[in-house]
Amino acid sequence: MKRVFVEGGLVLAGLLLILIATIATFGLPVGESLRMLAEGSLSGGGLARTLVKATPLILAGLGMVLAWRAGIYNIGGEGQYLVGALGGAWVARVGVAVPALVLKPLVLIAAFLAGGLFAALAGLLMVKRHVQVVISTILLNFVALQFFNWAVTGPLQEASRRLPQTDRVPDSLMLFRLDRQNDLHTGVFVALASVAVVTVFLFLTPTGFRLRLVGDNPRAARANRIEPGRLQLLAIGLSGGLCGLAAGIEYLGITGQLGYGFSQQIGFLAIPVALLGGLHPIGALFSGLYFGALFAGSENLARFSGFGTTIVFVIQGVAVIGFVGLRALIERRRTPEAAL
Amino acid sequence: MNEFATILSYAAPVALAAIGETVVERSGVIHIGIEGGMLAGAFFAMLTTYATGSPWLGIGVGVVVGVLLALLSAVFCVTLLADQVVIGTAVNLLAIGLTRTLFALRFGASGQLLSVEKIPSMNGLDAVTIGTVILAVLVHLALTRTGWGLATRSAGEFPEATEAAGYSVAKLRYGALAFGGALAGLGGAYLSLGIAGSFADNMTAGRGFVAIAMVTFGRWKPVWALLASLLIGWVDSLQFTFQTKGWDAPFQLFVALPYLVALLVLAGVGRGANAPAALATPFRRSR
Repeated sequence: MKRVFVEGGLVLAGLLLILIATIATFGLPVGESLRMLAEGSLSGGGLARTLVKATPLILAGLGMVLAWRAGIYNIGGEGQYLVGALGGAWVARVGVAVPALVLKPLVLIAAFLAGGLFAALAGLLMVKRHVQVVISTILLNFVALQFFNWAVTGPLQEASRRLPQTDRVPDSLMLFRLDRQNDLHTGVFVALASVAVVTVFLFLTPTGFRLRLVGDNPRAARANRIEPGRLQLLAIGLSGGLCGLAAGIEYLGITGQLGYGFSQQIGFLAIPVALLGGLHPIGALFSGLYFGALFAGSENLARFSGFGTTIVFVIQGVAVIGFVGLRALIERRRTPEAAL
Repeated sequence: MNEFATILSYAAPVALAAIGETVVERSGVIHIGIEGGMLAGAFFAMLTTYATGSPWLGIGVGVVVGVLLALLSAVFCVTLLADQVVIGTAVNLLAIGLTRTLFALRFGASGQLLSVEKIPSMNGLDAVTIGTVILAVLVHLALTRTGWGLATRSAGEFPEATEAAGYSVAKLRYGALAFGGALAGLGGAYLSLGIAGSFADNMTAGRGFVAIAMVTFGRWKPVWALLASLLIGWVDSLQFTFQTKGWDAPFQLFVALPYLVALLVLAGVGRGANAPAALATPFRRSR
């Protein structure tokens, strides 16, 4: 347990260092920028913004943890997020007559299912046709984006047919807001509950154990008559489902409608969230919070400089390279020659 | 002829990246980061041409940037034995963030259309597209007919034997990655300076990944990778044909078509037995 805290602390310090280095590299005043970042993410309303931004990152990040733990490099979170949103929006549209209290969970379930089924497509291609998931999921991202753009200008477009967006859902369908002063909605509890569920699933159930075994050592899995195919299909399906759920929550929690620019590349950013969280659900919770804070803070920064949320991408890229490199370096030192 | 030149120019960025990635994969490394290499190449090529007015200088800088990013990956994938997919993904994130941030800082977030000088062309053909075809043949010959080619291929099939024969797998893989990076950078630079004459956020739009798919479709052979890329170039050019002919279909379908074709092709050919046996496996030298 102590080791976890030490490692977590080191990761946090490293992330802070990378943040400062990035700000300095782009020639911004470090102290002032940090103050603005902190103000945008931690002060009164800032904390709520952090939680709001972190919610979809955590959910999609959990999805990535599930897939990557099973040895599946799902890079298609972006597409799964978009298709999930469409699934939710479609149910919200056809279910107009259904009471909001019933429709609300149905929209979220539809988002989960749509994202999951879309991801399962890549899973099927892998299991049946040996297509590398890395490539198929990425290609499917672009297909999903065009599908999304088509849907919001076609079948799901608003009734007035003016802008490329869906109709806004009635207020009664939106997730409950905790405080009138900010955007914080109950979706954050869905994210927290999902952290618990995924943790229990991965570490306390037989299926979760098999799933990790397939990811860690497929040969050992096969030797124990665990067929990787079905488990991997399950893992990528759940992974896409969580990405879809993230979109459903964002849809009913914040935007209330879908349009161009809905995704903000949450599905893509979820990969570093999972990686920097050590591919552990609880780690993903914390790294999701960190990047949520960075998002909220950098929006504040963007108001005063030409320097916006793009900083998040730079920091994530550097951080992943740094930490994966560091880990590889440590493992290289640790592994004795004779073991190879 | 002109129509073929158009298709060739649409195919060139994918083809260049695919030819480079063929060599990389033949050496036993899968480099997802070529998407980032292309994007960074496209951006810095545009930036250089914007500053100096010379598209050729821009192309050169694009190539150098591609090599630098690939060498960064090489340090982690080859020397530190890190996971190649993870590092490639990180490189892509870095390239998106870097180009987006620098573009916003330099040209403002207004999304203004800026245009720079394109490389000169005759009848739709230019030095890069012609060079791409020649390069495919040259790389094919280099891989199959030279000692370097044999050593590189063996590093991707059975690296232990390569080391036993006195070659350094690490050096071969570094070389292959640098070469692949150069071609990815060139492909990206051609995108901004040969086709668009401009730069737009995330303008490579997955062409690097399509290129990786084309490597598989081309059975890890450079000339076949070029032909596969021509198919993508043709599909890519359809969206403009469609606009002029007024076909009755959503245009998004045509934008998505290259990716769908790449997917179908992969599903059709599967992985097959041609894949380098040691692909994506880090090699640790024993002493």
